[in-house]
Amino acid sequence: MYVAVKGGERAIENAHRLLAHERRGDRDVAEISLAQISGQLSLGVDRVMTEGSLYDRELAALAIKQARGDLIEAIFLVRAFRATLPRFGATEPVDTGTMQVRRRISSTFKDIPGGQVLGPTFDYTHRLLDPQLAEGSAPEAPVAAEPLAAMPRVTDILGRDGLIEASPQTDDGAPVGDLTREPLSFPADRDLRLQNLARADEGFLLALGYSTQRGYGRSHPFAGEIRFGEVEVEFFAEDAGFTVPLGAIAMTECQMVNQFKGSATEAPCFTRGYGLAFGQSERKTMSMALVDRSLRARELSEEIKAPAQDEEFVMSHSDNVQATGFVEHLKLPHYVDFQSELGLLRKLRAEFFEAAASAEPLQEAAE
Amino acid sequence: MNASAYNFAYLDEQTKRMIRRAILKAIAIPGYQVPFASREMPMPYGWGTGGVQVTAAILGPDDVLKVIDQGSDDTTNAISIRKFFAKTAGVATTTSTEDATVIQTRHRIPEAPLHAGQVLVYQVPIPEPLRFLEPRETETRRMHALGEYGLMHVKLYEDIARFGHIATSYAYPVKVNARYVMDPSPTPKFDNPKMDDCPALQLFGAGREKRIYAIPPHTTVVSLDFEDHPFTRYRFDAPCALCGADDTYLDEIVRDDQGSRMFVCSDTDYCEGRQAAGHRGTESAAPHKERAHG
Repeated sequence: MYVAVKGGERAIENAHRLLAHERRGDRDVAEISLAQISGQLSLGVDRVMTEGSLYDRELAALAIKQARGDLIEAIFLVRAFRATLPRFGATEPVDTGTMQVRRRISSTFKDIPGGQVLGPTFDYTHRLLDPQLAEGSAPEAPVAAEPLAAMPRVTDILGRDGLIEASPQTDDGAPVGDLTREPLSFPADRDLRLQNLARADEGFLLALGYSTQRGYGRSHPFAGEIRFGEVEVEFFAEDAGFTVPLGAIAMTECQMVNQFKGSATEAPCFTRGYGLAFGQSERKTMSMALVDRSLRARELSEEIKAPAQDEEFVMSHSDNVQATGFVEHLKLPHYVDFQSELGLLRKLRAEFFEAAASAEPLQEAAE
Repeated sequence: MNASAYNFAYLDEQTKRMIRRAILKAIAIPGYQVPFASREMPMPYGWGTGGVQVTAAILGPDDVLKVIDQGSDDTTNAISIRKFFAKTAGVATTTSTEDATVIQTRHRIPEAPLHAGQVLVYQVPIPEPLRFLEPRETETRRMHALGEYGLMHVKLYEDIARFGHIATSYAYPVKVNARYVMDPSPTPKFDNPKMDDCPALQLFGAGREKRIYAIPPHTTVVSLDFEDHPFTRYRFDAPCALCGADDTYLDEIVRDDQGSRMFVCSDTDYCEGRQAAGHRGTESAAPHKERAHG
C-alpha cells in the first residue's frame, strides 16, 4: 500500500517545538542570559558582529543564544535582520590612528612610539586546561595601567620615508561601494573586495591566508601592526551641515607589510595588505590582510596562479551564509531530478548490457 | 519581532522597486541574466531566496499564491515558503494550478497548461548554463555577449559520443528567442517543452548568485539538440498508479526492501484533480491515508 508522505506542516511545527526544547537544555540549569553571552563569550559575539556585518552586541548575543552556539547560524540570523534595516547613509571613514588602544603590537620593530601593548591576549598563555575555571573563579583585578595616548600607526612611520606605498587616497565625493546593495561584478575594486573579506568566513580566510604562507601566492608578509581598541564613528548630517559623533565601536586593525615592488621608473617600496573587523578579531584581520594583499596581484602586475590571488574564486566562495545555504540545500528533496537521472542511467545500463550480449557471439567467432 | 514589523510581503518598497526594474529588464531581453542586489532573506541561500524575492516583488494583495517543490504542494520547503507569504503578505494561497495567479516552483512545471495572466516563478540554484563548462563569470558573460555557445554543443556531442545519448536529464539547456542559451533551473527535461510559447510569464530568480531572468509569454524556447539526435522527452514505462495518467512526470516510490516500486504523478494537484474526476490507476483501490510525522 502506498502511504503518501504528507503532513509536512505539522511536522515542521513539531520540529520547531522540539528545537526550542533542546535549545533550553536541562531545565534544572539556569538559562543563559544575553549579558552572559555578550560578556563572557565576547569573542564569539565579535565574530558574529563582524561576519554578520552589524555592530550590535545584544543582537549578536541573542543570535548566538537562538542558534544554540552555532556561530554561522547566528551570523545568518543577524544578516537576515540587517537586510531589513533602512540605510541613512555612510559614516565618515574611521580614523584608526586616533584609536583608544587596548592592544597594539608590531612585529617589524623592537620598539615603536607608544610601545608594544599586549593587552588581553591568548598569546604566551600555555594552552593547559584550567580546572579552576571549571569551578567558577574570581580572577584578580587587572594591573592598572596609565591610559594610553593616541599611537601613530607603524605604516605611517614607514610611509613618511616612502618605504611603503602610499595608502590609496579616498575620493570624498565618490559613493561608497556596497555589495549588499549593488550586485557584484568582476573585476571588483578594492573597496568591494575588502567589504567581501570583512564579511567573509574566518575559517575560509584563515585557510587561504595560510596557503599564501605555504607558497600558493607567496607575498612575504610582516605583521606591521595589529591594534585593537575603540574608535569614534562620525556621520556627516546633510541637514545640519556638520559631522555628528555616533559613538565608539571596538575594532581590530591589521596592517601587513609585504614584499616590495619597484621598476626602472619607480623606487622600490613595501606593499600593503589590510584587515579590519569589529571587536577583537585578530585571526580574522590577519587572514584578511594576507588575502587582501594576494588579491592585489592584478593591480601590482603579479602573475595570478594561486587560489588566494583569484578574486572570482575568493569572493564567490568566502561568504559562509551563502555557502552553508547552498551546501545544506542538498537536504531538500531532489527526487524529481534524481528520478530523471535514474531513468537515464537505467536506459544507458540496458543499452550497455544489450550491446555486450550481442557482441559476445562475435568475439567467440573471432576466436 | 512579529510579522507586522515588516512591510507587505517582507521586503521594503525600495528593494521591491529594484527587483522590479531587474524583472522588467529581464522581460525585455528574454533569457538574459540580469544582475540584481539580492538581499539576505530569512531562509537559507539555496532554499529559494531568489524565487522568494521575485515573488515578494510582484505579489499584490489580490494575488492567489501556489508554491510547489518537486511538483508537490506538500513538500516541507513548499509549505515553509507558502506560510512565509501567508504571514508576511496575508495573500490567499491555493494548491490549484488553475486558480493561482502566482506559482512559485522548485524543480517542476505544473502538468496543467498555464494561462495568460499567470506568473510562474522558478527558484534557481545556478543560473549560468555554461557554469560547469566554464567556472568564470567574466568568461561566461563574454560568451553570452558574443553568442558563443560552441562549448555547450561540444559538451552535448561528447555525451552522444560517450553514451549514445545526450546525458543531461534535468537543467537541460534551452535557447530563448533564438538568442540566449538559458538554464531552465533543475526541472527535468520532461518539462522543457512546456516553456515554449507558454501564455504565462515565466520569471527565474537566483538569490545566492544574484541573477534574474525571464521568458515573456509566447516566446520561442528550444531545447538544444542535433538534427540527427533530436531532443526527446523522457517517457515512463508505466502510467500513474493513482490516476492512470500516462503523460505526466512520475515519482518512483520504493515500497519495500524487496525491489517493489510504484510510479505516481509528481504533480499532486494534477493527480488529485484527475482522481476527483473519476480517473483510476492500479493502486487506487487502496486506502489513501495521510500520515503526520511527529
